[in-house]
Amino acid sequence: MTSSRRFAILSKRDIHNDSFVEPWPEAGLCVADSPYDPRPSLRMEGGRVVEMDGRPRQDFDALDYFIADHSIDLSTAAEAMSTPALQIARMLVDINVPRAPIQRLAGGCTPAKLVEIVRSLSVLEMMVGLGKMRVRRTPANQAHVTNWREHPALLAADAAEAALRGFAEVETTVRVARSAPLTALAVLVGSQTGRGGVLTQCAVEEALGLSLALKGLTSYAETLSVYGTERSFVDGDDTPWSKAFLASAYASRGVKVRFTSGSGSEALMGLAEGCSMLYLEARCLLVTRGAGSQGVQNGSISCIALPESLPGGVRVVLAENLLASMLGSEVASGNDALASHSSIRKTAKLMLQFLPGTDFIFSGYSAIPKRDNLFGGGNFDAEDFDDYAVLQRDMVVDGGLRPVTEEETLAVRRQAARAIQAVYAEMGFPAITDEEVEAATAAHSSDDMPERDPVADLEAASRFLTGEKTVIDVIRALHQRGFQAAAASLLEMGRQRVCGDYLQPAAIFDRNFRVLSAINDPNDYTGPGSGYRLEGRRWQEIQRIPQAKSPRSVIDDCIGEPCKNLVEIGPFKPGSGPEVVVAVGPAFGTDLSRTINGLAHEDVLAAILTGIAKEGLIGRIMKVYSSSDLGRISHIGAQMSGSGIAVGLQSRGTTIIQKRGLAPLNNLELFPQSPSLTLETYEAIGRNAARYALGLPAKPVAVKIDNTARLRLIVKTALLHRRETEAVRSQPPVELFFNWEPDV
Amino acid sequence: MSANHSSRYPLGETAADDLQAASGRAFRDLSMEAVLSGTITAEDLRIRAETLQAQAEIARQAGYERLAANLLRAAELTRVPNAELLAMYEALRPNRSTCEQLLELAARLEKQYQAPNTAGFIREAAEVYRNRGLLK
Repeated sequence: MTSSRRFAILSKRDIHNDSFVEPWPEAGLCVADSPYDPRPSLRMEGGRVVEMDGRPRQDFDALDYFIADHSIDLSTAAEAMSTPALQIARMLVDINVPRAPIQRLAGGCTPAKLVEIVRSLSVLEMMVGLGKMRVRRTPANQAHVTNWREHPALLAADAAEAALRGFAEVETTVRVARSAPLTALAVLVGSQTGRGGVLTQCAVEEALGLSLALKGLTSYAETLSVYGTERSFVDGDDTPWSKAFLASAYASRGVKVRFTSGSGSEALMGLAEGCSMLYLEARCLLVTRGAGSQGVQNGSISCIALPESLPGGVRVVLAENLLASMLGSEVASGNDALASHSSIRKTAKLMLQFLPGTDFIFSGYSAIPKRDNLFGGGNFDAEDFDDYAVLQRDMVVDGGLRPVTEEETLAVRRQAARAIQAVYAEMGFPAITDEEVEAATAAHSSDDMPERDPVADLEAASRFLTGEKTVIDVIRALHQRGFQAAAASLLEMGRQRVCGDYLQPAAIFDRNFRVLSAINDPNDYTGPGSGYRLEGRRWQEIQRIPQAKSPRSVIDDCIGEPCKNLVEIGPFKPGSGPEVVVAVGPAFGTDLSRTINGLAHEDVLAAILTGIAKEGLIGRIMKVYSSSDLGRISHIGAQMSGSGIAVGLQSRGTTIIQKRGLAPLNNLELFPQSPSLTLETYEAIGRNAARYALGLPAKPVAVKIDNTARLRLIVKTALLHRRETEAVRSQPPVELFFNWEPDV
Repeated sequence: MSANHSSRYPLGETAADDLQAASGRAFRDLSMEAVLSGTITAEDLRIRAETLQAQAEIARQAGYERLAANLLRAAELTRVPNAELLAMYEALRPNRSTCEQLLELAARLEKQYQAPNTAGFIREAAEVYRNRGLLK
């Protein structure tokens, strides 16, 4: 059987490492339209829900009870349930409808009704909706900072860099649960060294997580996972009531809380009960709302590859972000776990949250290389930072990050590593050496770090957790060791815990340690000219990627001393008999002295004349002043050439062989890719031109095709041409004398 | 508190003179000098019930009623010591408690900690757990 070379190559592409399956609703492998999804319904009697989505109250499971009694706003339910889903869907994309009335109606919807609303939207419409419904006006971003060595100096340095790069939150986790107290401490000290006001958390088992918060080591908790069926919820060892209690417990200690859910988790546990991922996620989001969580981390999260294996999976993940925002929840919108082997696919998926902007576009972005990511995350990681910075710059989108220089990054990493070193010394933890500090400063990953004694670190961590020392001792240690700024930031985090302002929806702290939340920074988008706009100083900052050069210096290497051996000798006189005219552009050898790839104009000219001489002809050199256009330059040359043959040569090196009588845009041979032209090519061009002049056959000069030349050099091309055009003046062509003899 | 709570937000700026920590210590007093002189304790960096109630009112007026209810439960829980708070959470997890144990917990919250909202919440959980087989 014949096999296609093309199909063989396609099958080796990264996309073919991703899994794709057909839907299978009975197994929960269905993103939005399971035949087992209930139809929306809501019946109330005596101020109580007696039927929801087709199920009578006596048949309610625990989630139904919780949703019916805590989540659905009964004061708007009748109106919401009787408003056609399509009408609410249209309100989402109608710029004349602000966020509040939609949030009010969504609050009165059952899970099935919510699904019905978003199901009618295209991805583009969902993005418009998400941009409007996002709770906080200013978008932000969250980082993952972990490392497999659980090295405190590296954790502190990476957390500091993440803070410097603009992340508003830093999430960490552990390989060994017992290391959590010191891991949380390193990330806290590091982040506050990078920028005061960054919120931090350590994802561990619920009770341990609460202990860390009580000790003052974390300021928020995110991994309060909820599930869409009763059995999966219970398998997660919680109920809606225990999760809600936990949320209140955190808040009682001034700790921000965000729940976690996402499509696919129930199917992964084998407990989807035949329902679609979107329907189950709607139930999760209503539980989250009913518990009074200020927000949610959703967008499939660690299960992302499961919806992505199904048709419409990426759209449904966007739909769940949108649903959460409609319910008034802060959304930290996934993009964390590996979603695809294909860079094209993962970037395309990212755009669905990146372009509209969410409260946290990632939850989180791996600010470390993915092999150090203990969440199993790293869909975008530290090696993608520069790409991400360019995406923000390209699209005028605030993705929550800022470009940084190597110098400032090294400084903040060293400061953070030294700060945690000082804290360890003062608190009596196993010493962090100067060598470790220097390694952490320069490191990219765990691989760059010296080994520590993990047993001693774990013992210290356990003592710290059960002992009397708290964050106050850490603040004192920092201050006494000369880290006043970090100490002040840690204290301020403690003070903020006392005033509780960051318990409000979507709260973050800006660079001036000012709280921004749904209360004082509510999203007020109502179409063009409204809502968050990337402008002013923030836009200036996003533009300044370190690799952006001043365009004024791009062609410096093509400007030099005017060629001494090239002298104007008078007006160019038409020739007779066999000759080749080499017609150069107005800046040739004067304003510019080298081609785009650095060949000296004199050398290029010598090569062409050598080629001509090798065929026994002479070349006369004409400088055209009236145009910088290559077609025009060569046309003028050909008109005055004795043989009718001219080589046109722009200062940047682009070349053409022209014949009198041909239309200006026609030619004998054209060499548009000047960066690929070598002196050998120029000599061959001269040779062919001579053969044409002699009426001899010529094999067209072969030039390598380099598709990236234009991509790399387009700015330089534009600026070289601009310089050539600046030299244009209304003056007839002149003949140049070239003080050079061919070596033939 | 003024009628328009949103205008008081953030409390850390507008109400800095009135705020106190759970310990009763003035917010203004939470300074580096106090840390260095060793007069600040962990209790001084804990939020106070009244502050959570004020944040609840801010949330409610901005349309976040369920968050407000959560913050009111949280205000009640400020009175519960750390270890007991963790134990209460554990008791509420599935299949950890009998119905009687949950009702006792509710009664304790109500009587010992003046936490009627949380107590009602736990009584409701006990009933659902009984219906759904989530008791011990």
